[in-house]
This record gives sequence, structure tokens and C-alpha cells, in this order.
Amino acid sequence: MSLSTDDVKRIASLARIEIDDTQAQATQAQLNTIFGLIAAMQAVNTAGIEPMAHAQEVFQRLREDAVTEADHRDAFQAIAPAVENGLYLVPRVIE
Amino acid sequence: MFESSLSALAARLAAKDVSSRELAQAWLDRIAALNPTINAFITVDPGRTLAEAAAADAMRGAGRAGALTGVPIAHKDIFCTDGWLTTCGSKMLSNFVAPYDAHVIQRFKAAGLPSLGKTNMDEFAMGSSNETSFYGAVKNPWDPTRVPGGSSGGAAASVAARLSPAATGTDTGGSIRQPAAFTGITGLKPTYGLVSRYGMIAFASSLDQAGPMAKSAEDCALLLNVMTGFDPNDSTSLDREKEDYARDLDRPLAGLRIGLPKEFFAEGLDGEVAAAVDTAVNELKKLGAIPVEISLANSRLAIPVYYVLGPAEASSNLSRFDGVRYGHRAPEYTDLNDMYAKTRAQGFGAEVKRRILIGTYVLSHGYYDAYYLQAQKIRRLIADDFSEAFKVCDVILGPTTPGTAFRIGENSDDPVRMYLNDLYTIPANLAGLPGMSLPCGFDSGGLPIGLQLVGNHFCEARMLNVAHQYQRATDWHSRMPTNL
Repeated sequence: MSLSTDDVKRIASLARIEIDDTQAQATQAQLNTIFGLIAAMQAVNTAGIEPMAHAQEVFQRLREDAVTEADHRDAFQAIAPAVENGLYLVPRVIE
Repeated sequence: MFESSLSALAARLAAKDVSSRELAQAWLDRIAALNPTINAFITVDPGRTLAEAAAADAMRGAGRAGALTGVPIAHKDIFCTDGWLTTCGSKMLSNFVAPYDAHVIQRFKAAGLPSLGKTNMDEFAMGSSNETSFYGAVKNPWDPTRVPGGSSGGAAASVAARLSPAATGTDTGGSIRQPAAFTGITGLKPTYGLVSRYGMIAFASSLDQAGPMAKSAEDCALLLNVMTGFDPNDSTSLDREKEDYARDLDRPLAGLRIGLPKEFFAEGLDGEVAAAVDTAVNELKKLGAIPVEISLANSRLAIPVYYVLGPAEASSNLSRFDGVRYGHRAPEYTDLNDMYAKTRAQGFGAEVKRRILIGTYVLSHGYYDAYYLQAQKIRRLIADDFSEAFKVCDVILGPTTPGTAFRIGENSDDPVRMYLNDLYTIPANLAGLPGMSLPCGFDSGGLPIGLQLVGNHFCEARMLNVAHQYQRATDWHSRMPTNL
């Protein structure tokens, strides 16, 4: 398997990371080396093996549906790039 | 004093021979003198440190002192620390003053250990050399032209250069153990789930685990006693009875079965490292331990598996850095998507971007089964190898790293060569097992060599026992760089 520059640009776009042609070319070479390393996995027969998603067999705990936190909005918004009236500001998305 | 163990410092505090404020000031002075050379700390804030030290003195005055109250320590800049700049080594968080404390920080605060500052690290803990930090490379105190390892390289260098009595670190694929090995200190990654990940900036959530870094196994045991404990704010935190990790330190090693994985002594291991580890095995034999050859046949696949699972989890975790709620936001953009893309292009460094791209790809439609699922299946094979091994041995022993500290810049253009550094440390993360590194000698260039121990789940006390007995019989752990 080998990634093209267009593949790299498509992945970067999915990951929301701006990338120009020069960067895409340099990244393409590095990613292909890394995928060369990863390719060692493909020869392994894993038929019937249960995927291991986690280090411990843990289950999602449930708790009472009750308020446990105080209101930290002001503290949290004090470090935001742009807020107004308690709302986070982003560029207009709906005309 | 800078050589003192944590219990020796605690004893002096208890005897009112010294105050926490005096200790904190002494270490702050040493940091001010040496950090410009080592670059172990990103943030030092003497005002905050001394206020925390004064609070510790007040705690002691009020008769509420615990075992380590008043002993100052350093925290990796991955832990959110209320009121402190918390950068995770990234430009993305270069303006982020955390609005709350990580659980680890809460526990150290409650125990009265003042913070000396926030230590340098590879950006978002992605690296094995500390060179990916936005705040510049950390220098290895044993040789400033060399890396201290990573990602907890600042923490390791701060302990090695005696800029802090001890430090916190985190380990996703070896980030406590590899820098501990490179700087001649002792570091422990606990069983997954023992230490809460709440407020610890996430890299790969199924692997990330915080642990202590210090001058000895005994110090690590005392720190682990503070760090561990159930936390409802972390869904993977284990609700277990509290244990004393120092309880077995003095247990004799007679009859201890140490498993030597033949794969960890094969091609690729530096000759001097192999010799030092062999000598350590002989030392343990003298103490009554019995070596047993074991096989971790699938461990050769740990790096490929890790470079699928780690980036997959990272690409998801790091999607939160979008310039909306905190951290860097690009100064100019045309629309919302452009704001995200420019913010992330500017805020993340090259290695972090590479891993996000790998993760995005392996999780994308059509590739998920071949990469992500296949990696999870092999992860089970790797974990099963350990289960088999622990039927015939009590603790696994081998080198922490294939070689000693490399030169700054030596591997930075070759990601794959850099990744191979974590060959022996990654398997324990994949299996969720506790692992530690302790010094076992020096190479001909005077660089420290690390010995790795891996225990079965929840066998930290036994592992610390082995390490402590080894450190009673040897003095590698008490050596410090003389060139500072």
C-alpha cells in the first residue's frame, strides 16, 4: 500500500489540518515509511481472535441522574478565544 | 540535601529541622541556576510554589501532616493545574491556564506536596526524545548534547539533575521508563486504571497511565501511595482497596522467578546494554532469584500495533483542539472550516500532525478492519503472551531501551528509527501491565543504562520489592551527573 499526495491531502482535510503541496509531498514520504512498518501486521493470522479494545475488562459505570457539578461557565469561558453573553463565538455558519 | 530521599526529607520536616518553604526555596534556587542549561521546566512560578509550601507548613503546624507533606515535587506539563499554564508541550495550548486540577494534582495537593513547576515534554506526549516540544529540546544532564528521552523528558532530567526531589510523568508507550533509563533514574508506570486520567491531557486513552519518577524504588513506592485511588471522574478508574506499595520493599528475593524474554535480548540490542542487564541478572541471582527463559513471541508486533492504535485514539482525542473553547485560534480565516484547519495547522507540530493523519487514515472507511481491528486482535495476542509468561515467572526482566541516550537531532528526521526506541516498553502498555525502569550501569561513554521490570496486573508492590532489593545491593541509582 502506498499513499499518493492526493490521499495525504484528503486525509488532512478530514482531520481539519491545512496542508500545502510541499508539505503534502514531504508528509507522503514519511507516512509511507510508517505504513511500511505497520505492514508487518498484515501477515498475522488473527482468525477467531477477539479484538482487545482496552487493557482491562471494564464496564461503563452509571450514576444517579443528578447534578454533581457547580456552574464553572465563567471560569471556563475566561480562557476562550471569543465569547459573548455566555456563548462561544465562531464564524457565521448559517446565512 | 539535593541527594536526599523523600523519606529523609520528610523526616527532616517532621523533626522541624527544615520547613517546606525552605526546601521549596532551595530547589527553586537550583532550578533558577541550572534550568537555563537543561530546559527541564516550561513553567516555574516561585510565588505559587512558596504559597503551596507555606500551606504545607501550616498543615504540619495543625497536626495534619501525612507521610510526604511539605516535600516539593515537579509535575509534567500534561496535568491540568488550576491557575498554572498547562501547555502539554504544544503551541496549541501555549496560552492555556487550566481552570481545574487533574486528579493526580488534587491528590498531591491534598497530601501537601508543593509543586516546583511544570516540566517540559514532547508535544502532547508524542515523542521519545523531547525534541518535539514547542518549548525546545530538553538536555540530558549526563551529556547536554544528548536527549533525555521522552515524552516525560523534562521530568526525568529534573530528577537526574536534582532540580526536583521527584516528579510525575505519564507513559503511553514508554514515556516514563525510556527517559528514566536515559537519565539514570527510577520510574514506574502502574497497572492501567490505578491512577486516574482525569485532567491528564489525553493522547491514547486506552494506554495512557501516570506514574512516579524519582531517584529510587522506595521513593516511587511512596509517591504511588499518593497518586493511586479511585476517581469517579475517570470511567476507566479501578475501584480497588487502597494498598501500601512500600509494604514489600524489605521482602527477601529468595525463590523469586525472573522471566527473561528471549525476544528482548535478540538482534538490535546494544552490546553494552546487554552486558549491564546480564550483570544485573547475576546480582539478582546472588540475592536468591531464579532466572527463567520465557518467550513473548508477538512482542515484535508491538510497534506496528502501537502505531495504529495510538494514532487512532490520538486523532479522536485531539479533535477537541479546534480554536473554539480554549487554546490557540488562528488570527485570520475565511469561515468555520478554515478556522479549524488553520488553527490546527498552526497549533500542532510536525509529529503530532503525522500521528493525527495516521489515525484519521486507519479509522477511515474501507481501512478500519485492515488496520484498527487487526491491531486490536494482535494486541490480544501480545497480552496473552504475558499471561502465559506469568504462569512460570513472578516478574519479567529485560533492557528498557535498545541503546543509551542518542544525540539531539540524530533521529529527528527519521520517525521510524525514533519509534524503535520503544520496542521493549510498548508491550506492557498494550497489555495494561505495570512496568518500571531502574538504573543498572553506564556505557563506555558514561551514559546511564536502564533495567526494565514488568509485573503482572496489580503487582507493583512486588516489582518495587525487586527494584529496592537490587538498589540496596548496588549504587547505580545514587550516581548523579558531575558536570553540572
